[in-house]
Amino acid sequence: MSGAAEPETPVLAVNAGKSAAPMVRLAAVSKSYWRGGEQLTVLNNLSLEVAAGDFIALMGPSGSGKSTLLNLVAGIDRADTGQVEVAGVDLATLDEGALADWRAANVGFIFQFYNLLPVLSALENVELPLLLTRLHADARRMRARQVLGLVGLADRLDHRPGELSGGQQQRVAIARAVVADPRLIVADEPTGDLDRAAGAEVLALLGRLNEGLGTTILMVTHDQHAARAARRVLTLDKGVLVDSAGG
Amino acid sequence: MGLLARLLLRNLLRHRLRTLLTGLGIVIAVLAFGLLRSLVDAFHAGADAASATRLITRNAVSLTVGLPIAHRDRIRQIPGVTRVGMARWFGGVYVDGRRFFPQFAIDPANYLSLYPEFELSAAHYAAFLRDRNCAIVGRQLAARFGWSLGDTIPLKGTFYPGEWRFRLCGVFRGATPVADEGQMFLHFSLLNERLRQENHPRKDQVGVYVVGIEDASRVASIAMLIDSQFRNSRAETLTETERAFHLSFLEMASIIMLVIEGVSWVVLLVVLIVMANALAMTVRERRSEYATLKALGFGPRHLVALIAGESLLLATTAGALGCVLLLPVAARVGLAVQDFLPVLTVHPQTLLQGMLAAVGVGCIAVVWPIWYVLRVPVTAALRRSD
Repeated sequence: MSGAAEPETPVLAVNAGKSAAPMVRLAAVSKSYWRGGEQLTVLNNLSLEVAAGDFIALMGPSGSGKSTLLNLVAGIDRADTGQVEVAGVDLATLDEGALADWRAANVGFIFQFYNLLPVLSALENVELPLLLTRLHADARRMRARQVLGLVGLADRLDHRPGELSGGQQQRVAIARAVVADPRLIVADEPTGDLDRAAGAEVLALLGRLNEGLGTTILMVTHDQHAARAARRVLTLDKGVLVDSAGG
Repeated sequence: MGLLARLLLRNLLRHRLRTLLTGLGIVIAVLAFGLLRSLVDAFHAGADAASATRLITRNAVSLTVGLPIAHRDRIRQIPGVTRVGMARWFGGVYVDGRRFFPQFAIDPANYLSLYPEFELSAAHYAAFLRDRNCAIVGRQLAARFGWSLGDTIPLKGTFYPGEWRFRLCGVFRGATPVADEGQMFLHFSLLNERLRQENHPRKDQVGVYVVGIEDASRVASIAMLIDSQFRNSRAETLTETERAFHLSFLEMASIIMLVIEGVSWVVLLVVLIVMANALAMTVRERRSEYATLKALGFGPRHLVALIAGESLLLATTAGALGCVLLLPVAARVGLAVQDFLPVLTVHPQTLLQGMLAAVGVGCIAVVWPIWYVLRVPVTAALRRSD
């Protein structure tokens, strides 16, 4: 978050370095849910390492555990057993408050349905995560404006989500995900609600973020075409990693 | 304005009709609450206006049974008693009888000196003392019937038959908000003289004695002394503080007041349920938005501020509006019920209670929605069916 205090620094130049230590490390992680009195194992003794600066596509059939894996790594769900370590922090050691602070500082979220707040403008939506930083209001607005410019929405600052197309809304969501300069971006079906052209734009943007900033990206997708934008494709089935291939 | 404050305000105005109707519910509830509390206060106005240094002595059998006029001198001689006034319910009918107001026959010099809260100018006082056919009325009563000094007020007797005509010689004003300006006072001596002439069974009878005392701490002992003076006589007395005297009237209406008070709380309960329901709907609709905020790192503090802030902003705004509207509405209602409740005023305490009730509704209504938002896991709330 050090870069967050200097709004005049171009946002995409921050955090560009890569390190040898894994950004994400899962060791023997299991997760199950109770559905209708029956225990459903979603992740089964899964181990995984993702290097800093990597761009991973997680694929697999519905119910294979992709989104659960993403949620565990993002710190919005907890594993039953095993260890989830992100950026050197064992997430199990953090209580809910500390986990929220950790998410604010380290994780950027991109959702399939954008999840923008409809009563806020594009600029205000992007400014939201910066409320959790020590930036002053002017610096926050300047930074949000800057990032929206980088995703090609400099002329849509005051538009509310309802006044934007799906592709534009997803670009706002991407701007919101990167504005606080996170080390990790998790994207859950980011092109799932977009047409092919808009989806391609979003994927290209993610690719540029990964290459330009070195931001680690973990993306869940059903779309083979989207998966090709990633450097590596991991395939899950019934909670187990079954395949790993270059993107 | 900060971004979170803007978010709060825009969320509040998101469903304008829902916000308007919920706010209207609170306005009406505060109005009804305040009005009902003011009605209860109006019942208590007599007791509230009571002086600590005034005792009321009446017949121990019943208030409807008089006391001999001869009691006055014996009461006056009791140590600690400063002055003794007399009053008798006249009960005349004005015009068609539909416009009721209380009339008392008094001995002006003593009685009025015991009630300094009825302010009468020296000229009006002198005029009243000078002429036994004179009467004085409260400012509110004079305004109600458009009476001016010198007007003749005709009354048809009920307890004391015949036509009675009084000349208006003075108008008094209440020195305190609870002083009753809706009364009329006439000369006891005039009434008693006529009763003597007619050899009326109620001649030389007084309704109550108003006893002024020196030391408020001696009310109990002086009341006992007065009553002991007349024990085993043909007209035993019951002496009590003026407040206790008024409260004894209220006891008859206590169940009505209890119901009124109960209804005032039920009104609040109903609006609490309405508001809680509106908020519950609202947070359910926005659950993915709150989940998004949680995912972005906003903690319980922010979420509670957003949800409670919205609720409290609506409740306090609507509560304040209800309090502002209460004053003119109570004034209108006061005019409508002035025959029976001459002192219907909204006390500052009632306004404060109304505001606190609105704030309380805003706080309580938000408990479940906050609990729901904080409890639902981010992953569950983000799962969408669309």
